[in-house]
Amino acid sequence: MALAKLENILIIGAGQAASQAANSLRQLGFQGRIRIFGNEGQPPYQRPPLSKAYMLGQMPAERLFFKAEEQWEKDNIDLKIDEEIISIDAVNKSIKSKTGNQYEYDKLIIATGSKVRHLPAQGAQLSGVHYLKTIKDSDDLGAELDNAKNLVIIGAGYIGLEVAACAQKKGLNVTIIEAAPRILARVASPELSQFYENVHESAGVKILTQSGVAKINGAQKVESVTLGDGTNIDADVVLIGIGIIPNDEIAKSAGIICNNGIDVDENAKTSNPDIYACGDCANRMVDLYGQRMRLESVHNAIEQAKLAAANIMGQNAPKLDVPWFWSDQYDLKLQIAGLAIGATKTIIRGDMAARKFALFHIDDENRILAIDAINSPPEFLVGKNLIAARAKIAPHILQDTNISVKELANHAQN
Amino acid sequence: MAKITFIQHNGKSQDIEATNGGTVMEAATKHNVPGIDADCGGACACATCHVYVDDAWLSKLNPMGSMEESMLDFADNVQPNSRLSCQIVVTEDLDGLVVTVPESQF
Repeated sequence: MALAKLENILIIGAGQAASQAANSLRQLGFQGRIRIFGNEGQPPYQRPPLSKAYMLGQMPAERLFFKAEEQWEKDNIDLKIDEEIISIDAVNKSIKSKTGNQYEYDKLIIATGSKVRHLPAQGAQLSGVHYLKTIKDSDDLGAELDNAKNLVIIGAGYIGLEVAACAQKKGLNVTIIEAAPRILARVASPELSQFYENVHESAGVKILTQSGVAKINGAQKVESVTLGDGTNIDADVVLIGIGIIPNDEIAKSAGIICNNGIDVDENAKTSNPDIYACGDCANRMVDLYGQRMRLESVHNAIEQAKLAAANIMGQNAPKLDVPWFWSDQYDLKLQIAGLAIGATKTIIRGDMAARKFALFHIDDENRILAIDAINSPPEFLVGKNLIAARAKIAPHILQDTNISVKELANHAQN
Repeated sequence: MAKITFIQHNGKSQDIEATNGGTVMEAATKHNVPGIDADCGGACACATCHVYVDDAWLSKLNPMGSMEESMLDFADNVQPNSRLSCQIVVTEDLDGLVVTVPESQF
């Protein structure tokens, strides 16, 4: 049997997906060699706290790491966290590192993640201008925030908003600059954007939408940011959070099909049968919404890593979950289930003013496509199941809080 | 340090040395305990680190917060001794703690 010949599995990348793939392979009984290749010099760690609890100093660094280094050894997973891989030879089934080492594989998993999108503005290279992706980025930014007065955040996505909440707690003047007409424009409904805009503004954060950055000013260190309309904003620290780009170059160069990330099938397999891809770098079909996409989330990284491991081990694919996301800002826990693709109506359940509510995004047939739950875990957990079941529930039922969350499913239409 | 025993639904058990100040979930994931996926990394956002706590230990744990309570209200196969292991903080007093991983988490 083919499985018996599997000896070497290599994983390029050392993030959430890489860590999960290695652990899942061991849990499924893989006995051969597993090597993880990273370029940050850090054992695999979780990134979400970098813009939340860790940045606020509420979580020590050692809690970021998925496992202690001796546990990786014990699990016989070889961490090469300072060995950047630069090419794949898909014909001879080997990869090559920057330092010139070559490693052969039976199966290869690409979990290279993403890199931050750079702002092509004058002055973006000045000291005091930050991006946020790694532990080091978070440490550097966090240290500067402790001694700064004015923070300008360019980009009102989750990273920008989470850091804004942290900086506000640390007592800085915070200004957020966003090119789109509303914050979270790419990832949230207009209602949710409006809610978070109000939350941040009432906390004292200044938000400027429909504003572009003309340049960042300073001699060596940043001093101010000039907007497209000429307005100047004082800044001793700047954070740029304008999205990420999938790290798919290494796959492309090896002849693997890529379209906005590495194309994978329902088993996280690429166009090459011995190569898998998972996490931010992969582009997958999401059946629930009938389209291919890249999902930038922890859930997606874990799910695809499990798919890859299961397929390599000749096991059935684990059951897929509805895509989900979360964000912590101030005292608000946002949990999002599903994607509002094709939604035509938004139903509010609960009390927005009390900061405890859920938004149900439904289509013309009342089918629930996505739920944004703010401080409302029940709506999130039940909602995930309703979305997976493609349940249709009338708006007047959804918004009626006299009907308990548990009962909602009983009101589903055919 | 506190010794924590994780029992799988098939009866297999695993003893782990957990660090004080960390959580039971972290102790599990750091040692590859199957069934504790902890997809959200301990943010109390996903309910994938659900465990049943041995009755003798329930009163010794830090109390449940409102977020954990409402997550558990809607998680699968909840019992009176259910907790989210990401919310149980390890202390010296928990040396010997026994928890069971629900079958539904596989």
